[in-house]
Amino acid sequence: MMRGLRGKVAIVGAGQAGLGKAEGFTEMEILAQAAHAAVADAGLKMHDIDGLTTASVLAPMWAMPVVEYLGLNPTFVDSTMLGGSSFVAHMLPAIHALDSGQCNAVLVCYGSTQRTSSISRKVITGVRRDFDPQPYEYPYEPLNPLATYAMAAARHMHDYGTTRENLADVVLAARAWAQLNPEALRREPLTMAEVLASPMVSDPLGALDCCMVNDGAAAYVMVRADRAKDLAQKPIYILGNGTRVYGRQGSSLPSLTETAAAESGRAAYAMAGVSASDIDVVEVYDAFSINTILFLEDLGFCPKGEGGRFVAGGNIGPGGGLPVNTNGGGLSCIHPGMYGAFITVEAVRQLRGTCGARQIAGAELALVHGNGGTLSSQSTAILGTAATL
Amino acid sequence: MNTGPQAQYFDFLARGQHRIQRCTDCASAVFYPRVACPKCGGVLDWIEPEGAAVVYSTTTIRRTPEAGGDYNLALVDLAEGVRMMTRIVEIAPEAVKIGMPVRVAGVGADGQTVLYKPVGVA
Repeated sequence: MMRGLRGKVAIVGAGQAGLGKAEGFTEMEILAQAAHAAVADAGLKMHDIDGLTTASVLAPMWAMPVVEYLGLNPTFVDSTMLGGSSFVAHMLPAIHALDSGQCNAVLVCYGSTQRTSSISRKVITGVRRDFDPQPYEYPYEPLNPLATYAMAAARHMHDYGTTRENLADVVLAARAWAQLNPEALRREPLTMAEVLASPMVSDPLGALDCCMVNDGAAAYVMVRADRAKDLAQKPIYILGNGTRVYGRQGSSLPSLTETAAAESGRAAYAMAGVSASDIDVVEVYDAFSINTILFLEDLGFCPKGEGGRFVAGGNIGPGGGLPVNTNGGGLSCIHPGMYGAFITVEAVRQLRGTCGARQIAGAELALVHGNGGTLSSQSTAILGTAATL
Repeated sequence: MNTGPQAQYFDFLARGQHRIQRCTDCASAVFYPRVACPKCGGVLDWIEPEGAAVVYSTTTIRRTPEAGGDYNLALVDLAEGVRMMTRIVEIAPEAVKIGMPVRVAGVGADGQTVLYKPVGVA
């Protein structure tokens, strides 16, 4: 039944704004800039948009002010908040809404000014303690999300012999891709020795194992495939999408080394009718270096436990066996709080063939994988060009 | 006063007692405390855990000395079969290892935490 939705909807527009530091701009303003850029990229007008999905790190009723700001009157709204995976997980509900005729054009949009925001991390943590209680974790001062990912890395090392050098291989591959991407924020050369020497923040993760904290906004537009052909850009079809949620807190997850990505991936592959070996380019949410290793395993690019060895020797960098995080990732390109829309934009650009020096020649099939919370929610999407329909 | 399981849990901690739950229907141990068993929906009772646990994973969170210095954070698997967050105390934070047997050390000074220590530490 899900198979019947394969390729029924295409991404026809993509946009970004406020990348890095958006000094003097609000989250809503850069979100709106990205939204208008994505709509214009599609060859549409904002009044053509009758479906909206969005979510905010800070505002729980975020869809309403976004409707108001953009001047929309949508017949479909989804503001499901699963952390960073949200903007991948929003695809399937939008596909249902488009396929049923509930709406005709869905805008997915996100923006954050966490880099230049005047609200300190301390204030946000304090407010969350009250508004978003986790009374069986907060009293231990877990410094999340960092510390839970650190414990995932420690357990992966213990169970499978993964090394800090393997984690550093992920960081170096991201940096090598970033050096080919003029938009990436961290482009200076980096060596294995420098990664290993970066100060520990939560063992075994050092400062360079962690994503950046930036401002940025990203948006994309979906329409039914029949309409996509008449718009401005080469349509990028959504072949599969699956989402799984195992809970919220790291202490309540069944495992820190086997994530819900295995199930979200299986659902997406089944809907798309493809497997990992068919994929030309992979964009996974690398909030921390261990994430890339966990998701490559769970998504079937290598057996469980082999991720560390899989990424060694530049295998996921430029010229390697599998191109992963070709924009430079959250580690070296950009990471504004919730990253799912940005990896989707990069996959769309790769499949359009517009990535310049980092373009994967002949890329027809891309996998996008979003992660949310502390390995808590996972959403996988398979995107393809017309040749894959 | 009739209270929910969260208030009851922290009331136990205020008296220096660590409690987890067990399902009276399927016998599953349950942590954190809930109003019904997350496996079968059954009725939950409080039990006193035996005290033994094994470190599932651990990290040393780095902090400047002025901010209080480095500290341990861990997930431990209790003998009863549940996992919880804790701090392993009475040992250097980075000396805590995965698989290390630990025992409950008591309720933290804040009354909100349950701390564990390596087996063999008096």
